[in-house]
Amino acid sequence: MNVPEHLKYSPNHEWVNDSVQPAEVGITAFAAEALGDVIYVELPEPGSQLTAGDVCGEVESTKSVAELYLPVSGEVVAVNEAVIADPGLIGADPYGKGWLLRVRLAQVPSLMSPDEYRAFSDESR
Amino acid sequence: MPLRYGSELAEHRAVREQAGLFDLSHMGQIEVTGPEAPTALDYALVGHLSAVPIGGARYTMLCDAAGGVLDDLVAYRLASHRYLLVVNAINTRVVYEAIRTRCADYAAWAADRTNERAIIAVQGPSAAPIVEALTGTGLTRLRYYTAALLDIDGRPAVVARTGYTGEDGFELLVHAEDAVRTWDAALVAGRRHGLTPTGLACRDTLRIEAGMPLYGAEIGRDVTPFDAGLGRVVSFVKPGDFVGRAALAEAHKSGVTRRLVGLVASGQRIPRAGQQVVTLTDDGHGADPVGLITSGAPSPTFKRPIAMASIRAGTGDSIRLAVQVRGTTEPVEIVPLPFYRRPR
Repeated sequence: MNVPEHLKYSPNHEWVNDSVQPAEVGITAFAAEALGDVIYVELPEPGSQLTAGDVCGEVESTKSVAELYLPVSGEVVAVNEAVIADPGLIGADPYGKGWLLRVRLAQVPSLMSPDEYRAFSDESR
Repeated sequence: MPLRYGSELAEHRAVREQAGLFDLSHMGQIEVTGPEAPTALDYALVGHLSAVPIGGARYTMLCDAAGGVLDDLVAYRLASHRYLLVVNAINTRVVYEAIRTRCADYAAWAADRTNERAIIAVQGPSAAPIVEALTGTGLTRLRYYTAALLDIDGRPAVVARTGYTGEDGFELLVHAEDAVRTWDAALVAGRRHGLTPTGLACRDTLRIEAGMPLYGAEIGRDVTPFDAGLGRVVSFVKPGDFVGRAALAEAHKSGVTRRLVGLVASGQRIPRAGQQVVTLTDDGHGADPVGLITSGAPSPTFKRPIAMASIRAGTGDSIRLAVQVRGTTEPVEIVPLPFYRRPR
């Protein structure tokens, strides 16, 4: 499974790249694969102040709807308009063109390392 | 049967444009044989099964005494005194027990063949050339809703021109031990016709586009065939009594209380089963509840959310409706079913 080394991971199968500012957030290849073809994405308004664990949107596929939990606290400064227009980008490139949010972090997030996430998602299978 | 082999959207498209290959071996298969099999099934099911010609197939239902639907199924008349009922996997036990009980006073016997049999379906506009190559037989004369006993790879198969996708297509009913070789042979025969393995996710979006009911969604024990707009399957002209007759005659006479409609959403959010359908006020708010969504999906063909809903019978087509989708009120429009009809 594709778990890039430079990212951090949440138990809700989101990834965070906090090596850039603002940090980038998306959903993992594991989550994208489980969802299937994504049809519709709803993301928060830029400018929203959110806390880690808040439901900040939803990702809807043919068979299911998944709520998007923000894995970090901070201000949403941008959302990926390209993904809203073409939700297929999430499945095609979950760690690249399929990013969802840019967040100005309120604090350094406490998340899983790639190794921890690999073990975690193996258990979720 | 997996939800999908690759992308369910690509699988859906394959069935609409070329052909898809489904493994339906989970479906129940119940054989009814005996000199009185035709009259026993007239009594057990709501359709006129004794009038089905040999080689014919009929979509029908098993109802309880109150007229509620215990299962919807396709009955194939394979010989004068032999029928095969293909039933929903989840209802196999219920159907088998009911048929057995209802046949008790007839010279007719039910046998559950589910574990000995498999079903491989080839569905789509290219299905005919693929199954012709597979059987080495011209199939022009095998009309929709008929079946023939043919050879596939030297092994016997019931080849039925039936399906659940809204496309032309075939269901190959084979012995369980022939399932894998039938699947593999179909893939080989279908290679130059774009045949793709297809899963349950696209099976659902295909049948919703085709306006076909799903047991547990549009129909169920608390619904009569009339409530689901499927009253045509009930035969009151066949001779003799049948289980549910009195209740269904009453339901037919007193008129339906609900009707099944097709809905297309204006927005992008997808109505899902169980969500409430409400009237829509001029200022865009939801008002009176009129029914529930029974099935909903993003339509790959129309690129819009579509749904079926069971609504109060008095609700006219021109009334403005909306669906309550997790806290938002999504306007919808009533459209005639099916959403999709294959080009001929």
